[in-house]
Amino acid sequence: MTTRQIELEVMRYDPEQDEAPRFQHYSVPCQNDWAILDALNYVKENIDTTLSYRWSCHMMVCGSCGMMVNGEPSLTCKTFIRDLPDRVRVEPLANFPIERDLVVVLDDVMEKLQRAQPYVIRKDAPPAATDEYQQSPSVLKKFKQYTMCINCMACYAACPQYALDKEFIGPAVLALAHRYNLDSRDQGREQRLDILADHDGVWNCSFVGACSEVCPKHVDPAAAIQQMKLEGSIEWLKRKLHPGGRS
Amino acid sequence: MAIAKKALVWGLFAAGGTLSSFLFPALIALFLLISSGHVPDGLAYDAARQMAASWLGKVVLFGILFLSLWHAAHRLRVVFHDFGVRADGVIATTLYLLAALASVLTAALLLMI
Amino acid sequence: MSRRPYVRPVARATWYMRQPRYRIYMLREVNCILVAFYCALMLAALAALASGQPGRWNEFLSGQQHTAWMVFHAFSLVYFFVFQTMAWFQLAPKAMPLQVGETLVPAAAIVAAHYLAWIVLTLIVFWLTGVF
Repeated sequence: MTTRQIELEVMRYDPEQDEAPRFQHYSVPCQNDWAILDALNYVKENIDTTLSYRWSCHMMVCGSCGMMVNGEPSLTCKTFIRDLPDRVRVEPLANFPIERDLVVVLDDVMEKLQRAQPYVIRKDAPPAATDEYQQSPSVLKKFKQYTMCINCMACYAACPQYALDKEFIGPAVLALAHRYNLDSRDQGREQRLDILADHDGVWNCSFVGACSEVCPKHVDPAAAIQQMKLEGSIEWLKRKLHPGGRS
Repeated sequence: MAIAKKALVWGLFAAGGTLSSFLFPALIALFLLISSGHVPDGLAYDAARQMAASWLGKVVLFGILFLSLWHAAHRLRVVFHDFGVRADGVIATTLYLLAALASVLTAALLLMI
Repeated sequence: MSRRPYVRPVARATWYMRQPRYRIYMLREVNCILVAFYCALMLAALAALASGQPGRWNEFLSGQQHTAWMVFHAFSLVYFFVFQTMAWFQLAPKAMPLQVGETLVPAAAIVAAHYLAWIVLTLIVFWLTGVF
């Protein structure tokens, strides 16, 4: 199989030694069917064992290998050499603090995930042990795409509102809240209003749409957020027209 | 838990955006016609005044201006934010106040017809 | 082992220059300046109309009859149509997904319906103002 020489410019940062990140150049002979992740693995195995980065499944389901490839938030296991020029710049996911090399600190998003209350919330008792929730394919279709998020956080790297204001809850978390609000088993819309009530919830989004463009699983968080804005607006109106009434 | 006032702000912004998306190309085209020397019959003084004199005409014209002003004010606020300007409180107050004043002016002028 | 996470600085005033999608977003957003401008223009027209003097209204109309205004209106028409109307219609299906049974109504259908309504509305406005 033919190989192609790829010139990688990889951002390095050693918290114990470096004042600021720097770029290191590696020349990697790549097979035609390789992804950038394979090139990084080649570097780690053959050239520089000190390079640190996250990866796991190598098949776009774990969300671990998110990085910036030529300035674009990407899953490195899904970004193929055949689609890239000879010079490739690899940096840690934007808008997150750098832990070391290509590893970022994701604490902020981990904390925000909890605010979406990402579990089925019931007001009524759940079905008896011998019974089950019934959900037809058309009911499932309503929210299925929002379940596909693998928490790779590429959307946060793409979102300029998150870049400008780290208080913003962000695309993935909002899409997750929407996923549960749309789930027929869930009755927790009221509890999740926190996301509609706060200024750092949906209202911080200005529909740039970059999040949906970079999402490797086609979750379309931008759509989820716009739908929640519309619901929130209508809900606000309903409450003004029927104060004290339940929707 | 109360939904933020931002819901109202956004709702009006969305209404204004929808309205202007549908209506403004036609309105700008009318200005283009006028500026090229072809004033449509319906925009001669008597016809225009007749349109604005009816209650329906007043409501429609006020609606168009109010929603478009609101839309522009809110969006301009976001634009300032996007350009990295950090004085959101001052900017928001100024822009919404301007939109409010312009809306009041619109209503006052319409009531004169 | 000591942790010392590095926070990369945010280019607050120039981030949108970094990618075509951000530049297009900014071009889209600044059309609100045009909206504000046309609102001001309409207010000026309204003031002339409300004065009760046909002369002032005709002054406004003849004041518009200048090549500079023609160029401005022509440019605004194209810019607004592309960056507001087209952009808004394209994004509309995202805010209001319609599902019939197990299938989502294709976005293209929703967008087409918007354009159809836009054509009808434009024709109504032209008819009301005596363009034809």
